[in-house]
Amino acid sequence: MRTQSGKRPLSFWLLTAFFVTFVMFLYGPMITIYVLSFQGPTGGLTFPMRGYSLVWFEGLFEQRRTGDFAGSMTRSLILGVACMFLTVAISVAAGLAFRSKFKGSGAVFYLVIASLVMPGLFVSLGLAITMQLAGLTPKWWYSALGAHLTWTLPFGLLIMFAILNRFSPSYEEAARDLGATPMQTFWRVVFPILAPGLIGIALFGFTLSYDEFPRSILAMGSKNTLPHEIYAMTTTVTSPSLFALGTVTTGISFLIILAALGSIAWINKRRGQSLGK
Amino acid sequence: MPKKLTPYLLVSPLVVILTAFLLLPIVVVLIVSFCAFDEFSIIFSFTLDNYRALLASPATWGLFKNTLYYAGMTWMFTLLIGFTVSYYLVFHVRSILWQIGLFLLCTVPFWTSNIIRMISWIPLLGKEGLVNSALIDLGLIDTPIDGLLFSDFSVILAYVHLYTLFMIVPIFNTMARIDPALVEAAVDGGAKPWQVIWRVVLPLSKTGIALGSIFVVAVVMGDFFVVRTMSGGQSGSVVSGMMNQVSLLQYPVAAAGAMMLLAVVTLMIAAVFAVVDVRREMAVR
Repeated sequence: MRTQSGKRPLSFWLLTAFFVTFVMFLYGPMITIYVLSFQGPTGGLTFPMRGYSLVWFEGLFEQRRTGDFAGSMTRSLILGVACMFLTVAISVAAGLAFRSKFKGSGAVFYLVIASLVMPGLFVSLGLAITMQLAGLTPKWWYSALGAHLTWTLPFGLLIMFAILNRFSPSYEEAARDLGATPMQTFWRVVFPILAPGLIGIALFGFTLSYDEFPRSILAMGSKNTLPHEIYAMTTTVTSPSLFALGTVTTGISFLIILAALGSIAWINKRRGQSLGK
Repeated sequence: MPKKLTPYLLVSPLVVILTAFLLLPIVVVLIVSFCAFDEFSIIFSFTLDNYRALLASPATWGLFKNTLYYAGMTWMFTLLIGFTVSYYLVFHVRSILWQIGLFLLCTVPFWTSNIIRMISWIPLLGKEGLVNSALIDLGLIDTPIDGLLFSDFSVILAYVHLYTLFMIVPIFNTMARIDPALVEAAVDGGAKPWQVIWRVVLPLSKTGIALGSIFVVAVVMGDFFVVRTMSGGQSGSVVSGMMNQVSLLQYPVAAAGAMMLLAVVTLMIAAVFAVVDVRREMAVR
């Protein structure tokens, strides 16, 4: 329990040990494969390390060795960015709508929850059958994008609810009273207040799409996305190139997480400064 | 623009997308699950044959049993870990900055590739993997343990590794809102630490536990790639059964399987919603 005095109870140390073990459990395996991806040219999929090299990273860009790595990565990045912008725009609009009572708001809410908990392959299978019956061919840039949005939008909307819970409408009222048009009120008052939260939504929008697997499997058509490329590699590639790919994609994920957290910190700092003046 | 229309306009893009890519496919799957089929196409009709075939097959029951077993075990472990970690972060970490930092440390892997996180167990658990060689070096075992990788153990381990975050985030959020005065009152009233956890913290965290449980169970029940990879193809789930039917182009049978899975997941979620009013707890108007 929380005590005011300096001395920690035994339970604190036991729980700290538990927490440290959990973090090791969370990160340990990932770190193992990052290390293994620098395996020497004669090394294999497991320890010991036979020297260190970048050979397996070079292997990634040879098509015959690993399939279409560059292509699938490009597709995943384009999808991720498209998904990010759409998720932010659509969930902000919907989040603002939920501030006033409207008919059917309950139904929309449960539709969103259904989208969140729907088994991913169900969405994929449903889209595949629907398109087959309609005579359409699934393609990564529209059917897979739609499938990804059924996964990212619920997260976007739930984050909007969390942000708007702490958002007082009196700012907007003040802007309106001072003669701002609805557009001015949104862009110059509401948007800057929401900005850090929007970066959070963008982070979810991009990363959930970039790593998405079951929703796109039957909905992406013949050109696959990066997670599917990696999954295919797990069965065909038996060299540390597989781990090199893991290191590269995780590197990209980490850059994006850092950029997002960094810009949130930057916005908050700037806000603190302008308030201090 | 009339003011009354504004919320409808604002919410319409969301509704259009979810209708086109979620609702319509569900309706189509429902219809197709009652259709007949030949080698090439779906034949529109009304038949219960797909459901009958699935229910009559012992394989279906085996897959459902497997899936429920994985979901149950994963739920138990993620709940225990998620609750303990959240409890530690909220009630034992005093500085708010540390609290946020450690919480982020727990959530960062969520934003990285699940597949990479899953396959990263393979070099650890294999017959010549790190765990086996460490145990041999320590003199604890003589011959490598075979069942670490490609077994139920490795499947559940991977699930717990991937999805504990789904428990931590909602439980942490609910727990962080518990008024510390309540805990202090319980302590002052003479409650032992385990009584405080059992009778104060646990009941007040039930929304988070409910949300986390829904997430974890739904995600595990809808999985097939963890099962396939981590069991080495020896085990399966309801969804891997569906994937097999899809590869045989038996779409109506796969659709019937999907509807059965959806029914089971919906029942479980309805049971949770009956206990906890999630909508009110999330302060949705």
